[in-house]
Amino acid sequence: MTDLAAGTGPAGPIVSPVLAPRRRFMLLRRLLAHRSFQIGAALVVILTAAAVLAPLITGLDPVAMKVRFRFRPPSAAFPFGTDNFGRDILTRVLYGARVSLWIGLVVTLLSGFLGAAIGMIAAQFRGVDAPLMRVMDALMSFPAILLALGITAALGPRMESVIIALTVAYVPAGVRIVRASALVVRELDYVQAARIAGAGNARIMFRHILPNSVGPLLVHMTFVFAYSILAEAALSFLGVGVPPPTPSWGNIIAEGRDYATEAWWVMLFPGIAISLAALGLNLLGDGLRDVLDPRLKGAG
Amino acid sequence: MPSAPLVSIDDLTVQFRTDRGWSTAVEGVSFDIGDGDCVGVVGESGSGKSVTALSMLRLHARRTARFAGGSVRYDGRDLLRIPESDLRRIRGRDIAMVFQDPMSSLNPVLTICDQISESLRLHQNMSRADARRRAVELLDLVRIADAGRRVDEYPHRLSGGMRQRVMIAIAIACRPRLLIADEPTTALDVTIQAQILELLRDLRAELGMAVMLISHDLGVIAEFARRVIVMYAGRVVEDAPVDVLFRRPLHPYTEGLMASVPAIEGETARLYSIPGRIPDPDEVVAGCRFGPRCGYAEPVCRAAMPDLVAVDGDHRVRCTPRSRAAGAV
Repeated sequence: MTDLAAGTGPAGPIVSPVLAPRRRFMLLRRLLAHRSFQIGAALVVILTAAAVLAPLITGLDPVAMKVRFRFRPPSAAFPFGTDNFGRDILTRVLYGARVSLWIGLVVTLLSGFLGAAIGMIAAQFRGVDAPLMRVMDALMSFPAILLALGITAALGPRMESVIIALTVAYVPAGVRIVRASALVVRELDYVQAARIAGAGNARIMFRHILPNSVGPLLVHMTFVFAYSILAEAALSFLGVGVPPPTPSWGNIIAEGRDYATEAWWVMLFPGIAISLAALGLNLLGDGLRDVLDPRLKGAG
Repeated sequence: MPSAPLVSIDDLTVQFRTDRGWSTAVEGVSFDIGDGDCVGVVGESGSGKSVTALSMLRLHARRTARFAGGSVRYDGRDLLRIPESDLRRIRGRDIAMVFQDPMSSLNPVLTICDQISESLRLHQNMSRADARRRAVELLDLVRIADAGRRVDEYPHRLSGGMRQRVMIAIAIACRPRLLIADEPTTALDVTIQAQILELLRDLRAELGMAVMLISHDLGVIAEFARRVIVMYAGRVVEDAPVDVLFRRPLHPYTEGLMASVPAIEGETARLYSIPGRIPDPDEVVAGCRFGPRCGYAEPVCRAAMPDLVAVDGDHRVRCTPRSRAAGAV
């Protein structure tokens, strides 16, 4: 699970400048012309819009129970059906999107930031490299989901603990990626040239090495986003995720599993939502990688 | 030559960490660079030219390199021993450097203006606007056409020759007293090479700075330098004014280098090359390190490493038979 498609191999880390303003427009144009990026971005935008606009799309309360309406199959009144408490599944999936996507977003940003920071420190301060990387190796030696399961079990079932657990689980891969490309970039002539111009360590790190090392991390982060949505679902399914009655895609499925044979719709629709989100983010990440990775540039 | 040298390298010895302990890349290198002087350093790959240059600004990684001895005196101070923060003030302001490969010497995410401004803003506390104005001036100075527009471009829009001009503009931004040019023309086309050398020569005259030009190409050195230092296997083997060196090379290695330069006139059936290869830093060679490749080797050459001896004023050579024949010692 931690072995992501972003290419953690240190053999030839992708070194791609992404932050130069004018080049960024160029990259943006290429991105927007990329087919799988278009599809991925469209999916992600639709799901995000659905999450943000949830109260406008459905007038119902995601947690209000109406036992009268329990287990209604999909119909005009309840397009996705209702669950064992008579709650509208469409409403719960929409509100669940807020929780699931929020967890994905926060985990992605946190683990990306920490990955960049720790990776840069490891690459720049060679004395702390070995101890830091051994800690990261130790974290990586557990399957991410098991690690997260242990942490949430210890911290208690809350949304915050899910976020902390998943961040801890996904930081090491980001660290490896940033460290690998920073190690390449720091040996390039322009870093030496900056040193010759009289630049200090901090300036060299933030102005010269970091912007040239984060390309691969950005690609990796889109996959982390997808994985954390999946992992949140898994944790909720196992009972250590977001606690009910707050809906998340994971715990809607978890609550539906006891009635899977009679009320298939309870599990089906949040499942579809998870698949679409994961698919969209993966396509988006593929597009980003194609555009940022000079080695795979071809059809452009 | 002026009385006190600008930079004085004395007995510089640099070692690098390898799997088998410390290996010596440069040993006992001594030479002076006068104010406004123009020194060429020649030698084949692995002779220690670049290591010497990088040592002058202490640019080797601290964990893998060390100075086993010697000093680099500049402005009354030993650059090998002053604190890093003092050294940072000297880098870029007093001593600047240009590298071999202009394609990788510019940061792809910063504009030309940002990169030229870097040392100006670091050393002279210039405002953004002043630094920009100065950057345009500098681009003009290194003869980049349409400097006002070029200054806002990113490096990928420039050709190799233009990038090397930009590198030179960055190096001279703070009017350094010494410019170290490490193989500045090796990665360029021959026509561009000549232009860059001419530019360096003009800038040297205009700004009155000293230039240390490192090259493996004797032709480039002959055209540019006033004094030539020949290095072999981490040591200086000959040091002479350029006309003396080309008229009367003393060291057999220098002779070999000259014989290896292709002649324009006459049919040369086969280009001469010095037999053998440069020894590894760890290789034990008895006596003179050039001995095994030298056509004139005598028993005395294997007995001890020859000293660098002054044979005639400012002509120094590290070859026992030749310096004896020339009447020294």
